[in-house]
Amino acid sequence: MKTLFAKPVRLTPIHRYAVKCVIHCFALGYVGWVFYRGVNDALGADPVEALLNTSGITALNLLLVSLAISPLAQRLPCGDLIKFRRLIGIYAFFYAILHMLTYISFELQLQWSLIVEELTKRPYIIVGVIALNILLALTVTSPMSIRRKMGKNWQRLHYLVYPALFLTLLHYTWSLKTGWQDPVFYWLGAILIFISRKAVLTRLNVKSFGFKGK
Amino acid sequence: MVKPYKPSVILKDNDVTDESVYRNRRQLIKTLGFIGAGALLSNKAQAFGWFSDDDEKTLFTTKPLKFTKNEAYVTSDPLTPYEKVTTFNNFYEFGTGKDDPVKNAQSFHVQPWTLSIDGLVEYPITLDYDALYSTVSLEERIYRMRCVEAWSMVIPWTGFQLSELLKKAKPLSSAKYVAFETLYDPDQMPGQRSRFVGGGIDYPYVEGLTIEEAMHPLSLLSIGVYGKTLPPQNGAPIRLVVPWKYGFKSIKSIVRIRLTDKEPPTTWKRLAHQEYGFYANVNPHVDHPRWSQASERRITTGGLFNQQRIPTQMFNGYSEVASLYSGLDLTKNY
Repeated sequence: MKTLFAKPVRLTPIHRYAVKCVIHCFALGYVGWVFYRGVNDALGADPVEALLNTSGITALNLLLVSLAISPLAQRLPCGDLIKFRRLIGIYAFFYAILHMLTYISFELQLQWSLIVEELTKRPYIIVGVIALNILLALTVTSPMSIRRKMGKNWQRLHYLVYPALFLTLLHYTWSLKTGWQDPVFYWLGAILIFISRKAVLTRLNVKSFGFKGK
Repeated sequence: MVKPYKPSVILKDNDVTDESVYRNRRQLIKTLGFIGAGALLSNKAQAFGWFSDDDEKTLFTTKPLKFTKNEAYVTSDPLTPYEKVTTFNNFYEFGTGKDDPVKNAQSFHVQPWTLSIDGLVEYPITLDYDALYSTVSLEERIYRMRCVEAWSMVIPWTGFQLSELLKKAKPLSSAKYVAFETLYDPDQMPGQRSRFVGGGIDYPYVEGLTIEEAMHPLSLLSIGVYGKTLPPQNGAPIRLVVPWKYGFKSIKSIVRIRLTDKEPPTTWKRLAHQEYGFYANVNPHVDHPRWSQASERRITTGGLFNQQRIPTQMFNGYSEVASLYSGLDLTKNY
């Protein structure tokens, strides 16, 4: 262990390429596998509920992993970890949109009047949709070229990932019949991440969100 | 140099798995294989199974029953397959996930069992395990089951009318309600041991009906499903089935039926009275505060592309109970 961390671990482009390939394979392969089983009625008694839960939980897990990367990259002697944050964040959005599409097409069976009703009347759905829209904005602004153009505003926008995590957890807790279930662990995980980012987050103030351009 | 071969592990006769154990295991794997990946990732099962533990378990044994088919209670709707009826359950005593009960309840003991009928009755009755099957003659009825979560199933139950049993106890005229109580046994029910496993519910689970509802011919005490005794995840050895009410009214693994003059403090009403009322009649016009009750997804066979959403019917289609509620505002008394 000592020798391993004696000096910072630098990842060569080949290393990074390989890790990203593995992330792609797992993220896409998992979707394919779950969906294949769902289509063939091999996802338990209710394939719709299974797909809804799987996509939602995986989106949340990936969101937490992407958020854990920043504090880890600071503390571990491998700052290059940060290079994988964007990809994992984008996959969190990918699973979240899959979750939404599953809900609309398989749970609500594309009944538009029902979709409109649920999307406007149900607080836990509204909260989830807001979180999804934040993730959408973050994904759209993730390319390097856009990031450069946005200057300081990019970081301001991307701090919204923390409200998105909060709304996602609220959506999860709210969707269950009783509160004392798995989300409790996720709230604890989110608190840990907040604590680890305390230094950065407490530096934020109203001014940081002034959006006065560059 | 050639060394003689020496096995690293030497097996003796008593190391060989007994055939019956082996077969039992095959059966278990076959049954659980149905949920297979489902067990790994379904419901709250996490993508990477963070909070699940999959110990090896022996499947609960069910026995075939003798009964007559009641032709008055049949339906043209396709039945929900046995594998789905017995692997997708809400029974928070065994965990809040839909597949938690089938995973956590297989070693549940139903023998000995005691069901007592007491309270405001002339003749209190106590039934032991065998008496559950022999006190009233058994019949099969096919009922629709509508869950408050907006999914439904079609299930062939074996059992007898609740009214038959109540009549034997002779309710007093002062009896206005019937209260039901599930077994309280934290040793066997992990959800009662840990608030986290059991969803933070105060146990034992309590349900109730008015005396008129309880005496209605549709109210069934079920001791079997698909012609066999109930598996624990479905409420072995005896449960209530009230097909015109949301599924949570159909209390499982009952140990006590008590006739009272006061409305019983039912579990879900105590937990969230603005969401779950005492009556809990299936009603497409009164939404759950968090989701619509106007339609439901029927769980039958078929994958993602064979799902159907059907309109929910008033009283789940059992319009013969409407007279029980004449003069009652069902929007307020949900």
